[in-house]
Amino acid sequence: MIARSQLASPEAVRAEPDIYLPSGATVTDVKRLTPWEKYFKFKMDDERDLHYMPGQFMKVSLPGVGECPISITSSPTRNSGDRLEMVVRAVGSMTNALHALRPGDRVGLRGPFGTSFPVTGKMRHKDLLIICGGLGHVPLKSVIEYVLDERHHYGQITILIGNRSPNNRLFIEQILEWKQRDDITCMETVDVADPNWGGNVGPITTLLPRVRLFSPDTVCIICGPPVMYKYVLRGLESLKLDKSNVYMSLERRMRCGVGKCGHCQINNVYGCQQGPVFTYKDILEMGEAI
Amino acid sequence: MGIKLVARARLDAWVDSLVQQQTVYGAQAKGDRFAFDRLERASALRLDYDVTILPPKKYFQPQREVIMRFNRKTVEFESVIDEEPFVLFGVHPYDMVAISQMDKVFTMNQFDKHYMARRANATIVVSSVETASSSVFAACMNNATMRGKSGHDVLITKLPSGHYVVDPRTEKGDNLCEGLAEAPEANAEALDAREKVLNQNEKSLRKYELRVLPEDLPALLDRSRSHPVWQEKAELCYSCGSCNFVCPTCYCFDVEDEMGWDMETGHRVRKWDGCMLVDFAAVAGGHNFRSKRSARYSHRYYRKGKYSWDTYGEISCVGCGRCITACTANIANPVEIFNTLAEAPQ
Repeated sequence: MIARSQLASPEAVRAEPDIYLPSGATVTDVKRLTPWEKYFKFKMDDERDLHYMPGQFMKVSLPGVGECPISITSSPTRNSGDRLEMVVRAVGSMTNALHALRPGDRVGLRGPFGTSFPVTGKMRHKDLLIICGGLGHVPLKSVIEYVLDERHHYGQITILIGNRSPNNRLFIEQILEWKQRDDITCMETVDVADPNWGGNVGPITTLLPRVRLFSPDTVCIICGPPVMYKYVLRGLESLKLDKSNVYMSLERRMRCGVGKCGHCQINNVYGCQQGPVFTYKDILEMGEAI
Repeated sequence: MGIKLVARARLDAWVDSLVQQQTVYGAQAKGDRFAFDRLERASALRLDYDVTILPPKKYFQPQREVIMRFNRKTVEFESVIDEEPFVLFGVHPYDMVAISQMDKVFTMNQFDKHYMARRANATIVVSSVETASSSVFAACMNNATMRGKSGHDVLITKLPSGHYVVDPRTEKGDNLCEGLAEAPEANAEALDAREKVLNQNEKSLRKYELRVLPEDLPALLDRSRSHPVWQEKAELCYSCGSCNFVCPTCYCFDVEDEMGWDMETGHRVRKWDGCMLVDFAAVAGGHNFRSKRSARYSHRYYRKGKYSWDTYGEISCVGCGRCITACTANIANPVEIFNTLAEAPQ
């Protein structure tokens, strides 16, 4: 019996796009936020709208250096169709090379990739507790800007921001604005204070006893360094939140972004495809998630 | 064209003519072992090989492949797609099963054009196993023969008489076999003899006896997270990744940029990577999500016996036995692991 091949023909393969090929983008703005972090604004060369949502990430390419996953920090609500913002901490060769970029320089971009926080779904009409640890502030800034721009869709909003020290704080002016608003609650802490710091000192979990939640079905959003999650989740226990209402973004080494390379695998799921945003309920059975 | 009965001399003449016309990779002797390599003449083809050192996945996902070219100054990228047609001659059924699984991996959700361009341009001749390797257990995994399976273009089977039954399975296979048009059709007797060879392979390609059904492995692994065998075996593991690299269903990769001598142009390459290597799950800033050897060791078995089942519905240990031979610490026998887990009280 002669079977027609179930595989794509060479011609059909040729017509497929290359999922690894970056598109050109130009740096339109650079700002230093801290001694370690810089802010970048990009514009796609073809001016297309990337249709990203809060919590998603991009793969940023510098030819000759490499490619790495970077969270999107801008909100699509403030996106004029060609605006994309990221924050990069200089830790390795790739991120140090990114820090050398100036306005007008070009990069390659792929994405957006991954799941997002349910700003248009489960978060709607709910009270929100948003917990940002260190660089976790970066993707959650996208969430916070989104819910503030669409304020009428959400209930009470509580934002907790924790950093190692006062000079690790990102977007300080925006934090001050958030603290002055009377329609949200924003609290900050640092692990280690300096002489000018007048606020709370201690890990982010020390803010949790001060959180007043009115609704039992509050949606909690968490992003921070890997070590933070289990302490925060333990701290949240007394608030008795539904585990399917607790969302977190899990960092992994997302090498390809398209669910092939294996580096971001958490048990049987690819962090870059089924993640990075998971619910606490999702990860209960995933031994190596947090 | 129908199924042909081909004498060895005619088979050799056919292979020699194929080698003249196109790129053919075939199993050949390499020292006292075997490897797939570019075939120059039919006499070098060793269809009696037991197992090749590396599986034929290297022709679809090479150890190192250029996936794009770039220019550092202009920041422009251009895909590099390998579309050269080739014939892969003498693949064993368990390796063909692995290739079919990789076809799923590289096309599900996102279409990997680099892999699929090579795959779409390949014609695969599967050879029924003539010599069982010392560590094969493909029969335990239901992968001893191509019965009920597809993906191959031609199936050839050596009969005890020394003749070969050449069975084209696809249009591509049919075209490849054009040179055998003059050969006689395989008669009922030859086809019957082939069935006996396949029956025999289903009995003999089990140098280890798996005491659990392959389809029961996902549930077995599901309840075995805290079994002490992971820790016990991992104590001896060198984290060398040999089991990854010889595995026909290990496909993880890393991506790197390489600059040319002009420091202006260069290319992005992807290279094999392995989940047993220590920094496989490490992220920027130093955190390693699988820093413990036992976590890496168990992850590999879960990938083979459960995660592939969860994601594309197949057990991805095909029973080739290469990891058993490649492991310097002698801890990589999947049958031994799975049997140990099965012995534990539920």
